Amino acid sequence: MSVTEQTVHPTADVHPIDHLLRADRLPHILCPGCGIGIVIHSYAQAIAESGMPENDHVCVSGIGCSGRAAGYVNVDSYHTTHGRALPFALGIAVHKPDLNVTVISGDGDLTAIGGNHLIHAARRNANLNVICINNFNYGMTGGQVGPTTPIGARGSTAPRGTTERPFNLPYLAKATGAVFVARWTILHVREFQQAILRSMQKKGFCFIEVLAPCPTSFGRANKIGDGLHEMEIYRERCRIEHGASNFEDLDIDLIDDKKSITVGNFVDIEREAFLS
Amino acid sequence: MDLSLAQVPRGLVHVIAERCKECNFCINYCPTDVLEYSTEINAKGYHYPVVAEGKEDACIQCRFCDLICPELAIYTTDASATQSKERDAG
Repeated sequence: MSVTEQTVHPTADVHPIDHLLRADRLPHILCPGCGIGIVIHSYAQAIAESGMPENDHVCVSGIGCSGRAAGYVNVDSYHTTHGRALPFALGIAVHKPDLNVTVISGDGDLTAIGGNHLIHAARRNANLNVICINNFNYGMTGGQVGPTTPIGARGSTAPRGTTERPFNLPYLAKATGAVFVARWTILHVREFQQAILRSMQKKGFCFIEVLAPCPTSFGRANKIGDGLHEMEIYRERCRIEHGASNFEDLDIDLIDDKKSITVGNFVDIEREAFLS
Repeated sequence: MDLSLAQVPRGLVHVIAERCKECNFCINYCPTDVLEYSTEINAKGYHYPVVAEGKEDACIQCRFCDLICPELAIYTTDASATQSKERDAG
């Protein structure tokens, strides 16, 4: 190529990963700056890199913005009732142990409405991969405070800031018996993809918490202007610590900008999986 | 180590303009600042990314814009592979 020759960048209509997505439904309904699209993208990329046939993958989701994920992936997918994604997925995993069942759902669906299902699926070590998209609030219904909203953060049901202690999800998953526990943000997209791939290879209950911006609800209530602003918070404050030594330190404080957010692959152990 | 032998990958940027929602992730996180907002808008009224003037050869095919795009509206391909194929054909 001569130096004077100018590179022409082409326009495109399809994305190389479109065959794993229901591309006719794109652009999706999610807001600009929302992180759920990146999670769907990462999941599709992980399916492509997993080396397993597409037919061996199943995606189950609950209710909420994150519950839309099942509607956009072009593998067998189920959009279940509120909080019941895990028991539904457990049924699939028990009946067809060879399938790779992934639950993509939100923090409200998995840890509030479906909280009991989460701890018992982890206790039994059900053969599931759970991707919990944590956006710190109930985004779809208007920004109500949820079980992961950090102390002091505002929401439509806590206009002066919540006083309730939030869940520390990696600690919860580890304590209840998950064999793989990780936390990443959508900015750590390569590491997050590797964590999904690892959970696809592992038998047992794998739990990945992924932090994602919700500029429309959580951001607006907490003076986080847009998705990019929250991404910058992740970039400045995230500290990677694989195999974290003290799980009590994994609490997230999004408001106090001096405190770091610990991310990484925290647990990777072997334990016999439930009925598989 | 002979650095002159090291080859920096070159990428071609493909933008699917109609999917873009102007979240700015690709423009902001491109390590070589290849992208900028378009002057035109797409059907939904958003300014999609375009390759900035003078940056046509700056893409290093790191694929971060592709991975970080929530809308699957951008991806990159290896320019050297495409161009050598064209050269072979021509």
